[in-house]
Amino acid sequence: MSDQAIVEKIKAKFSSEVLDVVEFRGETTVTVKKEQIVDICTFMRDDLGYNLLCDLCSVDYMGQSPRYMVVYNMYNITTKQRFRIKAPVGEDEKIDTVSTVWGTANWLEREVWDLMGIEFNNHPDQRRIMLPADWEGHPLRKDYPVQGPDREPYQGRLS
Amino acid sequence: MAANNTETMTINMGPQHPSTHGVLQLILELDGEIVQKATPHIGFLHRGIEKLSEHRTYHQVIPLTDRMDYLAPMSNNLGYVLAVEKLLGITDEIPERAERVRVIMAELTRLKSHLVWLACHALDIGAMTVFLYCFREREHITDIYEKVSGARMTSNYFRVGGLSDDLPDGLEQQIREFAESMPAHIEEYEGLLTGNKIWQKRTIGVGVISAEDAVDIGLTGPSLRGSGVDWDLRRDNPYSGYEDYDFDVPVLNDCDTFARYKVRLDEMRQSSRIILQALDKLKPGPILADCPKVVLPPKQDVVNTIEGLIHHFKIITEGFKPEPGEVFQSVEAPKGELGYYLVSDGSAHPYRMRVRPPSFVNLQALPQMVEGKLLADVVAVIGTLDIVLGEIDR
Repeated sequence: MSDQAIVEKIKAKFSSEVLDVVEFRGETTVTVKKEQIVDICTFMRDDLGYNLLCDLCSVDYMGQSPRYMVVYNMYNITTKQRFRIKAPVGEDEKIDTVSTVWGTANWLEREVWDLMGIEFNNHPDQRRIMLPADWEGHPLRKDYPVQGPDREPYQGRLS
Repeated sequence: MAANNTETMTINMGPQHPSTHGVLQLILELDGEIVQKATPHIGFLHRGIEKLSEHRTYHQVIPLTDRMDYLAPMSNNLGYVLAVEKLLGITDEIPERAERVRVIMAELTRLKSHLVWLACHALDIGAMTVFLYCFREREHITDIYEKVSGARMTSNYFRVGGLSDDLPDGLEQQIREFAESMPAHIEEYEGLLTGNKIWQKRTIGVGVISAEDAVDIGLTGPSLRGSGVDWDLRRDNPYSGYEDYDFDVPVLNDCDTFARYKVRLDEMRQSSRIILQALDKLKPGPILADCPKVVLPPKQDVVNTIEGLIHHFKIITEGFKPEPGEVFQSVEAPKGELGYYLVSDGSAHPYRMRVRPPSFVNLQALPQMVEGKLLADVVAVIGTLDIVLGEIDR
């Protein structure tokens, strides 16, 4: 099934949820609203065969609203195809966990929470994973200085 | 047996423990010798590579990738440069010789990584000799690394658009001799282990994970193929010209540590096959793509001509600016699927560089593979998952 056909199927089932469809370098990215992300991911797994969640990560688009984007890179082991779904999450907002859909998401979501500070509703074990439990701040945020927590935010290269 | 016991004992395994392959800490809750609960703690080696990458040019990220899975640096390099090339849209421009050399080095890397895996896995379980045998062969690969890149571990050999340098004279023959000798060495390891009763007792039926559970938890690479899922990115989503080579993907259905051991040994045989085929197909030619806006000029131009020097200087100081967009590229690293997710905002630095580390996801399967089993199996399972903490913590 082509990516186009998959997009059509998602649109047919979740017409009001799809915000944007982008194709770049042969990869299709569908941006959806975060409210029904669990249903969409379940649909991707059960009806479209995307049984492996390759990666779950987040991007901080500081200055835009909503600020964060949670990115789901999934793979269909039968047809050997990839697909990417993204869901925007605003500051101080939460998104539902997909660890009920793919077990992989458990640690990947913990990492997103630890380094980017996006909280997941109903997550079974939301603790920091990389940093110590008493760490303050979330280093992958764009306003977190690369030099360390007590420094001025990075201003870009001076040269 | 344990029916009368009401008390459990909590023990701390690691982070400084020889069998945890680095700085992994496991909190084990034991009922006698039975593990009731295992909680991995990671992050002791976290260096913030993803954060650092956002403040480097695209080329400056390549040496950072060496330091993730330090047992397989060239695979990390390969995944990253392929992702940048995809982002730039120059995937089809890579010269044939560069692709062949990349395949040779990636497969040598697989051998190198699997040799360390076998050595340490066997040592953990109590087979000392195999360790010495494996490191004997690994030394040859390290020598080859040193000749092509100047470094024995952190190679930093691949460049966006090709390679940093061509193979030195005589190295092709050295690689060929090594690849031809490898199957006999693998026989030696098998002779020490496969029929060994102790090895069998410690691995058969240990660390069992079904295919459904393995896919659900996201296992990839040899760990998944030991559970009977026939999926190899080199064959199914080929990159760097892997479609030109004839090789088998070993798959076993036993789902246990012994099956994963057999799968990896077979993979080593296949790697030697691929290396020999690539050497046969290797022809003289350019090693860098003809894309002057993004690709560094050949080194002899840099040292001999002023134009080359200026060209080199511009790309090194300013970097290049891919158009805004995002790509996900993954390669079959020795440990599983190594993916890079790059987001460009049109500047000379990656807006986001996310690594999908195979070891991180594979380690997540550890608790369900050891809970309810013997304490001694924990060591076998850590070995069979083939984790590297540099990659897990990044």
